[in-house]
Amino acid sequence: MHEPTRPGSNGPGSNGPGSNGPGSNGGSNGPGNEGDARPADAQSPHPATSPIQSTHPRAQDLGTEWLRGTGPDCDVVMSSRVRLARNLAGYPFMPKATRSERQEVLAASKARILTAGVAERVIWIDLHTSNAMERSLLFERHLISRNHLRGKLSSGTGGTDEPRGVAISIPDERLSIMVNEEDHLRIQVMRSGLALDAAIDDAMRIDDAIEQKVEYAFDPRFGYLTACPTNVGSGARFSVMVHLPALAMTGEVEKVRKACADMNLAVRGFYGEGSEAIGDFYQISNQTTLGRSERELMSLLQMDIVPRVVAYERASREQLVSKRRETLEDQAHRALGVLSHARLLGTDEAMTLLSHLRLGVVAGVVDAVDARAISNLVLLVQPAHLQRVLAKDLDQQARRGARAELVRGKIEQAIKRVAGQDGAGPTRRM
Amino acid sequence: MMCECGEHEAVIHETVIVNGVHTERHLCESCARRAGLLGGSGTLTPAGAIAAAVASHASTTTTARASAPAGVCPSCGTTFAEFKQHGLLGCAGCYAAFSRQLGPLLERAHEGGTHHVGKAPTHAIDAEKRQHAEDRRRERAVRQEKLESLRRDLDRAVREEHYEKAASIRDELRRMQSGDANEPSAGGGRDA
Repeated sequence: MHEPTRPGSNGPGSNGPGSNGPGSNGGSNGPGNEGDARPADAQSPHPATSPIQSTHPRAQDLGTEWLRGTGPDCDVVMSSRVRLARNLAGYPFMPKATRSERQEVLAASKARILTAGVAERVIWIDLHTSNAMERSLLFERHLISRNHLRGKLSSGTGGTDEPRGVAISIPDERLSIMVNEEDHLRIQVMRSGLALDAAIDDAMRIDDAIEQKVEYAFDPRFGYLTACPTNVGSGARFSVMVHLPALAMTGEVEKVRKACADMNLAVRGFYGEGSEAIGDFYQISNQTTLGRSERELMSLLQMDIVPRVVAYERASREQLVSKRRETLEDQAHRALGVLSHARLLGTDEAMTLLSHLRLGVVAGVVDAVDARAISNLVLLVQPAHLQRVLAKDLDQQARRGARAELVRGKIEQAIKRVAGQDGAGPTRRM
Repeated sequence: MMCECGEHEAVIHETVIVNGVHTERHLCESCARRAGLLGGSGTLTPAGAIAAAVASHASTTTTARASAPAGVCPSCGTTFAEFKQHGLLGCAGCYAAFSRQLGPLLERAHEGGTHHVGKAPTHAIDAEKRQHAEDRRRERAVRQEKLESLRRDLDRAVREEHYEKAASIRDELRRMQSGDANEPSAGGGRDA
């Protein structure tokens, strides 16, 4: 199923007989169960050999690039992402490709990506034969899009058994290449903090490497040809995930939204297109891809727009500390209190509380926990990660209890760790 | 203008022309979101942006569109109507097949961008270079032919003692040759 490109690494076998891991509940994950009627957001645990977890022992903890909590301006900017849309010459685009053509594109892309030297170690996952839990994990880690998780095009056609896959660089998870999403290839590079420049350099190098092996659909006038004309031209979509809890608290997030809309930038939620802004996390991205080069677009966001948003959020945090310190402290400590003691927690509630706590930590009014612990929890409270960590098949109500228990434990560990650090003061930057 | 719900100010104005019948919708943010024209963050969804751009383009070209049959891509059979419905093209050939309709639409969707700027695949660069070299070769062959022809005319004019005509041909030859000398890749001084 998933095949590391280097011999000797953890590898295939997740679908083999007897490969079910701890907590699997009798046959729900065995071969032949794929493509069944289970919902895309996965109710059942997966065998212990998810590529991400099996090749990445610390997946429960850190690991994924966008939550590393390092990099420039990381007190506000969680991560930077660039995504290049590409199609192979000689094949119809996804909406018109027959199943056999999609299979051909998949096989050709897989073989070429795995031999193009795009990263030191790359794993491949066939999503149409992987199970729902595995797909949900990848989605929660921002390695595949919601449409790729479901196997659907934006027009609503398709389904979970559509032939499609993803290549992921490990262990950093900086690179993921979705095959047979809306376009044949979607090359995505992530970096921690505000680092679109490094991300585009990487993406260009990877694009060049793949292009040595395939011919892209390209037209001198329209550039890289894409299924949706909103992506045509450079095919480059830049996106920066920012955490704006202070602007949310002061009600000024709407101003950021409007200013961005005026500059033809999209402001989206935690999971990108069509998602809500849970936990005060927002994604700012370009909408224009034709008539402006990749570098020009990158520079607009990296040097101009995002630094202004960062400065605005920081000014708002400073103002809260100087003028509404008590309110800020109260909000952060209430969040810490609930996270430390709650018995039932929904995903959205947990995200909101983690956002309040993170604001308190980066603003320097809470020093009982560090920002890194909070970043980890942002991932662990998501449904698929929660079930993976606990290796249990849980319904929504059971998940709320399990989530609260997991969060309590992690917060307690973080408090102990921070208390144990001699002379460690409050963390201002994560 | 008020939204058709009668409760809020309309922010999205959609114009649709089907078989020459012109219909307009004026929607507030929440109604537009329900109609799928606005995303969760209040921005136009790709489908919405395309629909809005198509509608707006359609409204300015009613006559032309009403008389022209819907285009079909010869490579994949996608019709322009299909594209309008889903916002997705069927193949690379669709861009050529619908270039007339796509031009203004892309310009709106990409803030006035009409032509690609930036990275290009190496094979495309090579093709471009080959084309450029080919064009240059053809240009130089045409110029060379014209020079030869002028020299023959000059010889004939001198032979026939048409000195005024000969002087004018000589001037034209000089102009062309000095033009050649200014060309950085004019290749040696054989013609100088």
